[in-house]
Amino acid sequence: MKIIVDQDKCVASGQCVTAAADVFDQRDEDGVVVLLTDNPSEDLSADVHQAAAVCPALAIVVED
Amino acid sequence: MSVPVYPMTRATGCPFDPPPQLRDLQGEAPLVKVRVFDRTAWMVTRYADQRKLLADRRLSSDVGKPGYPNSVARPVQSDEDTGIGFILMDDPEHSRLRRMVTAPFMIKRVEAMRPQVQEIVDNLIDDMLAGPKPVDLVTAFALPVPSLVICRLLGVPYEDHDFFQQNSKTLIRTSASIEERTEARNNIGRYLNELMGAKLANPEDDLLSGLAERVKAGELTRRDAAGIGVLLLIAGHETTANMIALGTLALLEHPDQLAVLRESEDPKLVAGAVEELLRYLNITHNGRRRAVLEDIEFAGEVLKAGDGVIFPNDLGNRDADAFPDPDRLDVSRDARHHIAFGFGVHQCLGQPLARMELQVVYGTLYRRIPALRRAVGLDEIPFKHDGAVYGVYSLPVTW
Repeated sequence: MKIIVDQDKCVASGQCVTAAADVFDQRDEDGVVVLLTDNPSEDLSADVHQAAAVCPALAIVVED
Repeated sequence: MSVPVYPMTRATGCPFDPPPQLRDLQGEAPLVKVRVFDRTAWMVTRYADQRKLLADRRLSSDVGKPGYPNSVARPVQSDEDTGIGFILMDDPEHSRLRRMVTAPFMIKRVEAMRPQVQEIVDNLIDDMLAGPKPVDLVTAFALPVPSLVICRLLGVPYEDHDFFQQNSKTLIRTSASIEERTEARNNIGRYLNELMGAKLANPEDDLLSGLAERVKAGELTRRDAAGIGVLLLIAGHETTANMIALGTLALLEHPDQLAVLRESEDPKLVAGAVEELLRYLNITHNGRRRAVLEDIEFAGEVLKAGDGVIFPNDLGNRDADAFPDPDRLDVSRDARHHIAFGFGVHQCLGQPLARMELQVVYGTLYRRIPALRRAVGLDEIPFKHDGAVYGVYSLPVTW
């Protein structure tokens, strides 16, 4: 699993953090997504896919 | 064939469900034509299509663009004291302004506020329990909770709440005249502009003072700063308050679901119940609106530049393809992918705060007042059929 985030697209809704807090965080100054790891363990797969699905800006891409 | 007029009327006795006529259109086609005031607009009826098109940058949120399907006959104009707020703008200006106020709504910052919100909720419940009954849940609890929270976050004096709550209520009442609504908008605008002046002179640790710093640095005009303040103050009041009151009423009408929520110790279940009530109630029930900037081929039709498009998210959230048995309120279902906060770059900025407030409220109110019940018949409750945000004007309760 490989994750790519697009910080320019991000609208800081925070939904990815709610879905997978071990993988996503937010930048202090404006809440824009920060990727904590781009290759998380497989047991986080469902959470990561949910994070991508609920992102309103389509800023998260997951490659399996 | 005649073109149906939008919005439509809910069925008598079904206050939580979208209008039946709207549901029929969903069964008819993915794209249908509806009439709004003096024009027709496309309506996107299904969940997956709504998500797809709301994320399409060829659709504009700018109310001034040709074809924009207004939710009122004439749009309210902002006066010289305030800008319109980024909700009616497109990128890159929308993103530039929005990012100036995203930090206080970050998950971490919102979680840090949870104990304060818990205290606000507990104090209001203490007051309710110590006072006379029946009591109107809206004025005693549902409105003060988000009002106290957003005032503290923005740095707006809560003592002025009667003033801005009255004006906010008028502004979003679609049955009010354009003159009344414009006056209400300008009243709040002037108030925020004045407050911005105070923050410029004496900055404190709050969101409006943060905007004042941007004004000083030349990154933002005072007028735009006041416009953002108006947007956040109104949004902070009119949404969460209705979710608290209408959500409580919906749970009282579904005692089995209320019992699941009341008897669980699991914060995840409470969080899930919040998502399900957001999906089920869908209080921003007049649809998201967009104007087409360039031709888009979609579902066998062509959305032409200058056409208007309406996305009724109450329909999307009741689409059986996305939510099996969609008309059933089921606090245990996974409803996280609902679009009650909209979708695309304009999706609600305050959603982490709204979620946290609702989690505290739903996790506290029914436990502390387990005998909570309606004090009047369901048919005596005044629903906001004429509001841009759906809910109840009052909810008399006792215990």
